[in-house]
Amino acid sequence: MNGTVLLIAGCAVITFLIKAAGPVFLGGRDLPIAFRSVIMVLAPALFAALVATQALADGKHIAIGPETAGVAAGALVAWRTRSIVGCVVAAAAVTALLRAL
Amino acid sequence: MLQEALPPPVPEGAGVGRAGLIAGVRAGFPFAIAGGILAISFGVVAQDIGMSKAAAIIMSTIVFAGSAQFAALAIVGGGGAIGAAIVAAALMNSRFLAMSIALAPSLPGGPLWRALQGQATVDASWAIASRGDGTFDRALLFGSTAIQYVAWVGGTIIGAFGGGALGDTDRFGLDAVYPAFFAGLLINELHDRRSRVVAATGGLIALVLVPIAPAGVPILAASLAALAGLTRQARADTAAVLQAEHGS
Repeated sequence: MNGTVLLIAGCAVITFLIKAAGPVFLGGRDLPIAFRSVIMVLAPALFAALVATQALADGKHIAIGPETAGVAAGALVAWRTRSIVGCVVAAAAVTALLRAL
Repeated sequence: MLQEALPPPVPEGAGVGRAGLIAGVRAGFPFAIAGGILAISFGVVAQDIGMSKAAAIIMSTIVFAGSAQFAALAIVGGGGAIGAAIVAAALMNSRFLAMSIALAPSLPGGPLWRALQGQATVDASWAIASRGDGTFDRALLFGSTAIQYVAWVGGTIIGAFGGGALGDTDRFGLDAVYPAFFAGLLINELHDRRSRVVAATGGLIALVLVPIAPAGVPILAASLAALAGLTRQARADTAAVLQAEHGS
């Protein structure tokens, strides 16, 4: 029980500090062009890494499975329709289908 | 010369208007639905590793960081130490450090107020609020985060109370929801050659680091790919975007 309290409190505090750090130390300043240029391509770098580590790896191993195909299907739907709900539903459906086979 | 032409970090009169917040809620709604599905599976997984319903709901309410919550549960569920679980959560959240640094100049007020505004940093909202010129729209950020917060907590409650009926959520492919969510966000960002090259590089950096670095670190390290924004051509393009905005 105490462990759970510690876990939740620890996660909450660390998350707060991480999200606060940027605005506290760098807020209210002017932006050099170079800073803006980097920020403009930060999103594709981070999101690609999130997709790669979750869809193409299992823990510490590079691995593909039903969810890899599911995510690919979801990505296709997102690309063609721009629908995030469609993307997520397609990914879950294809993954579930492949597991059921 | 261009430096002087830049607007102040937060344009004058850039309060958070009702219309902007509502636009944010609308833009965040589809992501809230997707996040809600994820939160249901979080509620179920938390039960599976022996966490009480109340603990799961409180965790979603005060931590509100999906990937970190799943990472922490995976450690605890595997018999790991609480400290290791907190470290795992911190590493998964380390990408928010990069995002919050990006956001910083767009948030006005004193340090404490800025720290509180920074709490609205979540993946989808950060992408939604981006104006595409290196600055962010606060109203869109707050609106889209608000609706996702409601869905995240609501989904956790549904998962915690109704999860028993679901059984193994992997059977429904729910484990594909999270990476698919990010794939959807990624596709929205791929609008030119540079963004595609950066995405491929970031993905590659992450995959190379997966076998040797703790979870989360490969993602933060992938942000190095964004240094492609420092090339002469990239800076020239950014300057052109800014001039198109403020030149008229």
